[in-house]
Amino acid sequence: MKNSYTVALAGNPNTGKSTLFNALTGLKQHTGNWAGKTVSLAEGKVEHKGKTVRIIDLPGTYSLFSNSTDEEVARNYIVFEKPDVTLVVLDATSLERNFNLALQVLEMTTNVIICINLIDEADKQGISINEKALTRKLGVPVIKISARNKTGFTLLLDTIDRIHTGKIVCTPEIIFYDEEIERKIRQIEPLVREYLEDSISSRWVALRLLDGDDSLFQQMEKRLLVKGG
Amino acid sequence: MQNGFQQKTSVSLGNLYAYAQEISDDHMRDKIVQNLYKKSQQLCESSVIHKNKKNDKRTEKLDAIFTSPIFGFPIMIIMLGIVFYLTIAGANIPSSMLATFFGWLENHLTAFFMYMNSPDWLHGILVLGLYRGTTWVISVMLPPMAIFFPTFALLENYGYLPRVAFNMDRIFKSVGAHGKQSLTMAMGFGCNAAAMLSSRIIESPRERMLAILTNNFVPCNGRWGTLIVLASLFMAAGYTGGLKSLVTTSVIVGIVMVGVIVTFIVSWVLSKTALKGVPTHYTLELPPYRRPKFFDTVIRSSLTKSLSVLSRAIKVAAPAAILTWVIANIYVGDTSILMYIVNFLDPFGKMLGLDGFILMAFLIGLPANEIVLPILLMGYLSTGSLTEVDNLVDLKQIFVEHGWTWLTALNMMLFSLLHFPCGTTLVNIYKETKSKKWTFLAFLIPTVIAITVTFTIAQTVYFLR
Repeated sequence: MKNSYTVALAGNPNTGKSTLFNALTGLKQHTGNWAGKTVSLAEGKVEHKGKTVRIIDLPGTYSLFSNSTDEEVARNYIVFEKPDVTLVVLDATSLERNFNLALQVLEMTTNVIICINLIDEADKQGISINEKALTRKLGVPVIKISARNKTGFTLLLDTIDRIHTGKIVCTPEIIFYDEEIERKIRQIEPLVREYLEDSISSRWVALRLLDGDDSLFQQMEKRLLVKGG
Repeated sequence: MQNGFQQKTSVSLGNLYAYAQEISDDHMRDKIVQNLYKKSQQLCESSVIHKNKKNDKRTEKLDAIFTSPIFGFPIMIIMLGIVFYLTIAGANIPSSMLATFFGWLENHLTAFFMYMNSPDWLHGILVLGLYRGTTWVISVMLPPMAIFFPTFALLENYGYLPRVAFNMDRIFKSVGAHGKQSLTMAMGFGCNAAAMLSSRIIESPRERMLAILTNNFVPCNGRWGTLIVLASLFMAAGYTGGLKSLVTTSVIVGIVMVGVIVTFIVSWVLSKTALKGVPTHYTLELPPYRRPKFFDTVIRSSLTKSLSVLSRAIKVAAPAAILTWVIANIYVGDTSILMYIVNFLDPFGKMLGLDGFILMAFLIGLPANEIVLPILLMGYLSTGSLTEVDNLVDLKQIFVEHGWTWLTALNMMLFSLLHFPCGTTLVNIYKETKSKKWTFLAFLIPTVIAITVTFTIAQTVYFLR
């Protein structure tokens, strides 16, 4: 077993993702959400159970459809760099909107933890969240934390460790679409699987193909050339 | 091979992509996103409990009305109408009070200059040029701004503007532009130059360029004065009292609609030609409706905006007013420099239903649109019969004496709406795009449109006569 592994942080802007990153790594770093800012990724380290966890702070985005450079950077990292665990940080006070990004990540990769942040704020607003029910529905761990107050960190780090060691096996719920889209996925997905084998979720690639996301395919072709197919 | 992905030779990526595009359709992204949101909603319904639902319900109910596909647009136009009506009706009295006050002060200033035995040219430059030009800008611009900006700020703070963006998104997307363009457009009502900076909220360079190139088609604070004065003088001439303000309002709303429609057309044409591409998706946060802090908003926005209008008037209007006076009073042979320019521009101006004075005013007014009307008046007044402009009736008299009809007024309003952006805006466009080519296009496109539209209208009217 490797002595170090990577965890990527994804999330909408203003969900306290950077607060969590700073609190975990002790690295003080400001990340703004303005277009055109440098897209280099902030990286920090935390020691847990004798292992080094490298934490990568992805740009805050509302989706991963490669609308902007930020979204492309975040998507490319999750799909091509394949972090051992991807942490999706959600704002507890506006879960419905935030789930959109979480669902997109669940389509892309398997080892995901849904991290519901700002739980103190949600308590104040009278919002109660049944994380056990969500865990059952989504097939991946759902954990409530407050990055500001540093609550829930032990459970979070333990869960990351357990996923890495294979004690927890993530089985992300497949999101089924309308029959029309499902029919098209069935037409495309076998071809994708033949082409990519199991290196990337073929269902996700099929959806992106249907979506006409050419920046992803430029990226795939580039990486095929580099890796020499 | 680790970490990467394998490739088999039987299918190629390009073929796969082409096949997928064949069975896909234009609305695939929308459908996918809709499915994801539906799923998100289901997840939340079963696992999240809101204990105090009251606030959420209110926002939802209001959103159902304000962003409704049926009522959304009529409500928007009515809101716009109300804001303009308040502005126009409310600004009348303070405007004429200010004009009277400045006129009274001018008489005293003139008396003072006479008393000091100062030469005519000094009185001319300082009082008839600098003072008149600047006070004109202040009395015409300040009252509408002091009403328009606080009203707009109240709507914004209440949370209505994001809903406007939401409604407009559908149209902007259908013309190939970004929904956030409606926000930069709203900024443009205040100041096009500032809106150039606000276009940074659009991530995609292509869509940002669309927003930059079309922002000029919404009238900024500097052009309101011109539009309001001309609309009330010529378009609402037959009406009095409240009805007059109402007619003026409708004309202004109509002009703004023309601007918005031109924005859509230009965005559409550009996104099919020079700036090809598909609109990107984005998430627009709709904040809950909040009762704004009334006095705080009103005082802050009217004070800061009024101050900036004043300082601009002094910074830009003053030199331009002096320049106009000087060129109107330096003679080469028996014709002033101003008249040379006017006579040179006149044939072209007439083709557009305007005249040489108007085109000259737009050219000298390049630094700031606020000064176009004052320069025009100074031009007219410098050609002989020097009338005192104490009220709007006198003002109309000056225009009519120079051959104005409703057509001249309409075309001047349209030209003002559609013509090249002001100097500050052009400088900002260059700073934002770092491209001479796009800055030049930002100048050229509106100018060509303004000329084409006014030319077509003028020639049609001439033909029908």
